[in-house]
Amino acid sequence: MTEHSYLICLLPAFSFVMIVFFLRWKEKVAAGFSIAMILASWVMSVIVLIETLARHGHAYEAFYNFLTFPGLNFQIGILVDPLTAVMLVVVTTVGSCVQIYSVGYMHGDPRFSRFFSYLSLFLFSMLGLVLANNFFMIFIFWELVGLTSYLLIGFWFEKKSAADACKKAFLTTRTGDLGFLVGLFLIAVYCGTFNYGEVFDKIAMGAMSTGVLTAAAIFIFAGAVGKSAQFPLHVWLPDAMEGPTPVSALIHAATMVAAGVYLVARSMSMFVASADGSMVVAIIGLVTSFMAATIALTQFDIKRVLAYSTISQLGYMIMALGLYGYDTAHGQHSVGYYAGTFHLMTHAFFKGLLFLGAGSVIHGVHTNDIREMGGLYNKMKTTAITFMIASFSIAGIFPFAGLWSKDEIVAATLHHPVFLILTLAIAFMTAFYMWRLCFLTFTGEPRDQHRYDHAHESPRVMTWPLVFLAFLAVTAGWVGLPWLHHGFSSFVFHEAPPEHHGPSYALMIISLTVGLSGIGLAYLMYYKKSLSPDVLVNKFRPIYNLLYNKYYFDELYNVVIIRPLLSFANFMWKFDANVIDGLVNLIAWLTVLWADVKQWFDKWIIDGAVNGAGWIVRQTGEGLKYVQNGKAQFYTLFISIIIVFIGLIKYELIYLAWGWPIMTIIFVIGVLLLTFVSRSTRQGTNREIAQEDKV
Amino acid sequence: MLLSSLIIIPLLGMVVVMLMPKDSNKGIKWTATIISLVPMLESFWITWDYFINHAGTSAMAYVEGPFNWIPTLNVQYYLGVDGISVPLVFLTGLLTTISLLASFNINKRVKEYFAFFLLLEAGMMGVFVSLDFFLFYVFWEIMLVPMYFLIGIWGGPRKEYAAIKFFLYTLFGSIFMLVSILILYFTSEPHTLNMMTLIETAPTLTHSLQMVCFIFFFIAFAIKVPVWPFHTWLPDAHVEAPTAVSVILAGVLLKMGTYAMLRISWPMFPSALRELSFWIALLGVIGIIYGALVSMAQKDLKKLVAYSSVSHMGYCMLALGAYSSVTAITGCMFQMVSHGLITGALFLLVGVLYDRAHTREIAAFGGLGAKLPVYTGIMVMFTMASLGLPGMSGFVSEFMIFIGAFGALNKVLVGISVLGVVLGAAYLLRMVQRVFLGEFDLARWGGLTDINLREIISVVPLGLLTLFIGIYPKPLEMLMKATLENLVNLMAR
Amino acid sequence: MFYYLALAAILFSIGMFGVLTRRNTIGILMSLELMFNAANINFVAFNRYIITESMAGQLFAIFIIVVAAAEATVGLAIVLLVYRNWKGIDSDNYSVMKW
Repeated sequence: MTEHSYLICLLPAFSFVMIVFFLRWKEKVAAGFSIAMILASWVMSVIVLIETLARHGHAYEAFYNFLTFPGLNFQIGILVDPLTAVMLVVVTTVGSCVQIYSVGYMHGDPRFSRFFSYLSLFLFSMLGLVLANNFFMIFIFWELVGLTSYLLIGFWFEKKSAADACKKAFLTTRTGDLGFLVGLFLIAVYCGTFNYGEVFDKIAMGAMSTGVLTAAAIFIFAGAVGKSAQFPLHVWLPDAMEGPTPVSALIHAATMVAAGVYLVARSMSMFVASADGSMVVAIIGLVTSFMAATIALTQFDIKRVLAYSTISQLGYMIMALGLYGYDTAHGQHSVGYYAGTFHLMTHAFFKGLLFLGAGSVIHGVHTNDIREMGGLYNKMKTTAITFMIASFSIAGIFPFAGLWSKDEIVAATLHHPVFLILTLAIAFMTAFYMWRLCFLTFTGEPRDQHRYDHAHESPRVMTWPLVFLAFLAVTAGWVGLPWLHHGFSSFVFHEAPPEHHGPSYALMIISLTVGLSGIGLAYLMYYKKSLSPDVLVNKFRPIYNLLYNKYYFDELYNVVIIRPLLSFANFMWKFDANVIDGLVNLIAWLTVLWADVKQWFDKWIIDGAVNGAGWIVRQTGEGLKYVQNGKAQFYTLFISIIIVFIGLIKYELIYLAWGWPIMTIIFVIGVLLLTFVSRSTRQGTNREIAQEDKV
Repeated sequence: MLLSSLIIIPLLGMVVVMLMPKDSNKGIKWTATIISLVPMLESFWITWDYFINHAGTSAMAYVEGPFNWIPTLNVQYYLGVDGISVPLVFLTGLLTTISLLASFNINKRVKEYFAFFLLLEAGMMGVFVSLDFFLFYVFWEIMLVPMYFLIGIWGGPRKEYAAIKFFLYTLFGSIFMLVSILILYFTSEPHTLNMMTLIETAPTLTHSLQMVCFIFFFIAFAIKVPVWPFHTWLPDAHVEAPTAVSVILAGVLLKMGTYAMLRISWPMFPSALRELSFWIALLGVIGIIYGALVSMAQKDLKKLVAYSSVSHMGYCMLALGAYSSVTAITGCMFQMVSHGLITGALFLLVGVLYDRAHTREIAAFGGLGAKLPVYTGIMVMFTMASLGLPGMSGFVSEFMIFIGAFGALNKVLVGISVLGVVLGAAYLLRMVQRVFLGEFDLARWGGLTDINLREIISVVPLGLLTLFIGIYPKPLEMLMKATLENLVNLMAR
Repeated sequence: MFYYLALAAILFSIGMFGVLTRRNTIGILMSLELMFNAANINFVAFNRYIITESMAGQLFAIFIIVVAAAEATVGLAIVLLVYRNWKGIDSDNYSVMKW
């Protein structure tokens, strides 16, 4: 089966093509086909996972040389190793649940089948991303998931907010991809290949100097920063919640945003070779995680809280991976790699569940604002219970899945006290805001009676996926139980499985305590109401405002990047229209001016000379024509005189010393005189002729 | 005769169209379109046959001549194609027919329009297949004439300005080319205008002479490409030209500049190229960033696409600056083809919208996605192709160019040029958002109809090719491989 | 010899005067004949006194007489036509023929 695992990603692609071209008009068939395809993929993924387990985690790789250039080879291929196998199962599982759920959620939408085609396209890209065996391919699918994310966030594009959000998401992630792209170039130039294994071998052989390697690692990480919504490119993810909720669950919680984590895990060999690069990764992860958790404390939009929670959790994973790289680079032992990938898996399940649950709530009450909810437990029991299970899981309560993976992350920070403390603080905040959400949504008095009255439990097609995911949110973590030799870590690991020294009860208790105290605080504030959140808010008003406004990142980017960019663009446009084009037009104008001058010169001087010559000849002719008066005797006389004259000169009877010019002048004057004479005589003859005519 | 017929059939077609009765508009349209099918099919066949039989070598295929044409000047009639001209001949054949299809709504002086169009095709084909400078120059100039009239008669409100600007600007460049050609002619012994001979002999010229020739050729070709800062004729010409002419302009005419660089000035003057390559790449990078920024500020849909052309052709220049890398040069060829397909399609689509709405102002629209789903789908697809989304040809070319240039050129320079990818996404998505997403103005645009079958037929081939090259670029790469490798060797002399 | 030449000169001058001053075309033609004859006298005189060994002078004189006869014929024919057209033979009449 493993050798046919490319089918896992091709089945959704097939579904996409079928829906777009053939099934578009039959909504039910389209949805059914799409679900059938993803379920088939899911089955195959599970089989692939089992086979990989049976192979003891040995990687399977198959590729085809796609394009070959001197010194560079593009491949198309698949790589199935444990990380891939796990990711395949995660993606197809959440994907199947979300697709089934969407049948209910999107019911009645005018673009119902289009939604499924987009989902299929997304799953194709995401699975391709996971299956890829080289950086070139992962980048292709990386961009394609970006595209589908764009399409799905903007699915309800009539809403301006959605239209804005999809553009923002695409552009922000693409900014990160810029770094990814440069990282790819560095790899291409220094390693001459994109294949993971070959690249890592080349790096191990020292194809890149440390500086270049660090740069390459950080550039690659920039891609992950964009896609996984890490600081400072996290701003798109909360806005991306404008998309339909199943999309948020699938793309913006469980799978696509985890692609960044996957990428870092995938290229871990680069990071372990570069301690600085790894430290950057870890710090970015920590900062993001902390920042997002603090923002989540104050938000009232149910999906936005979850979005910030997602950012925070992704930061967790990134941090764990970064610390793994750092520690390994320094020869220390770390469980970070295992922790990050493990949390990636459990998070996908419980966060997917949370979003689907939130979707179910929104479907019931038609609002996102938790201030307008309350007491919904009575109306939608399945949703509430599954949501709370997921909340337990994310808060890290025994024995839910989240506990095990979160514990490992805490364990990964043990060598770094600052990280440890902040990680625990984040865990505390996570537990708090999640349960704040739960209490405000499901318990207490309904704050909007009208909405409450119309609230209803979602149809079964939506609740079944919730139940299934809730099951996973509880059990998924058990694959890494410390009492079972941390099963997950002996399967998914980087280079060598981490050593474990049995279950660390102290750590478990600390992290459990932190989680429980978070929940407890939320309980006191929002259930018992013995502590008033308003008092706290008033006390820390400036901090609250800062958090409520998300650290003013959007405003900051708007002022620092977007508006300057647009005005710069406008300036460039003016520059182009006025300066560059102005220069062209100026040259044209000068040419025209020059032409005008030349034309004037031509008209009055050059042509003037020509016309002047003509004019003189004409005038001369005008004068001389009277010489030709038609009187033969006059001609004869003229000839006689000239002959006599010439004869006189010839025989030097008169002597002329003046030379030809003067002779000519004399001749001309003579002719003119004659003209004058003959003109007067001619007038006479004309008169006579006229008289004769009268007669 | 194959290559000659590519030129002669459109010319004959022109004569036929001119002999037709003036008022049989429909007949003229169909006649011209059907005639243009012949060179199109021929170009397809050439591409196919070249791929099968000739792609392995860098030698010229289907060579005709050299026959003596004007013996006193040693001018020859010499045609032939290789890996860099075949894709462009293909593109010319395809886009001409598509443009003619897209011209069916022309109702003003139909006969002249279609006659000019066929003359244009003959000129373009001639440029891509001629191997003699005289011939090349003749076709290069011939093509200006129909273009001038096509813009100047059937264009928009400022058509005269745009047409004259286009004509004079290009002619201005041609003068430099002529001077360079003459230098080459008189320095060769025996005097010759045969490009193939000159490629062998020109590199032996002195460095300074090479520089002069190179720069003169560069000016001529750069205006055509257009390379920043010679680009300002392009937006004007595009905005004023009728849709079909824009398609040809973007799809084929701009490629003539880069084609001529690859065919003529790059291999002929390697020593000058070595010295100037950085500056050429720099111009390319400026073009990429600059074009993208200026696009961002555009209010007119067509002008936006026009400036995006400046940006996209900047990638070609970047690749040409990285002449020592086969990857980059291959990317350049890919970019030429893919830009022809994508931008051609975008102009067609903008024309479709303009035909219905009679405005191209971006701010006038909004939310069209709800009313025109098919149109929006196709448009978004080509937008994505234009911003270099994987799976489309634009991505393949940009990626190859960047990779090649990154290895061959200053890394910081190329790093900056990568910004163009984000800026490109920014202006295109802004456009998509403001035109297709958001609220729909039912009162104003309620009467818009979706794209019709004829228009779909004219863009579908472009879309399929874009996808094909994007998903499976290997055939195109194999088609050009031997030629480009040989070319890179020539340039590295 | 002098006398011959003097006679010829006088004759020529009379003829010349006649040509230039006569209004009557026939008169002009007659004066023209005088001038021819003056030339003839010159020819014969020169032949007789200067170049005695050839008869070219006499020959020329005879030749001129023949030509003059022909010329007079043509001239009179033209005069006749002119007379028909203008009802007169005043030479000024046909100055309009210059166009």
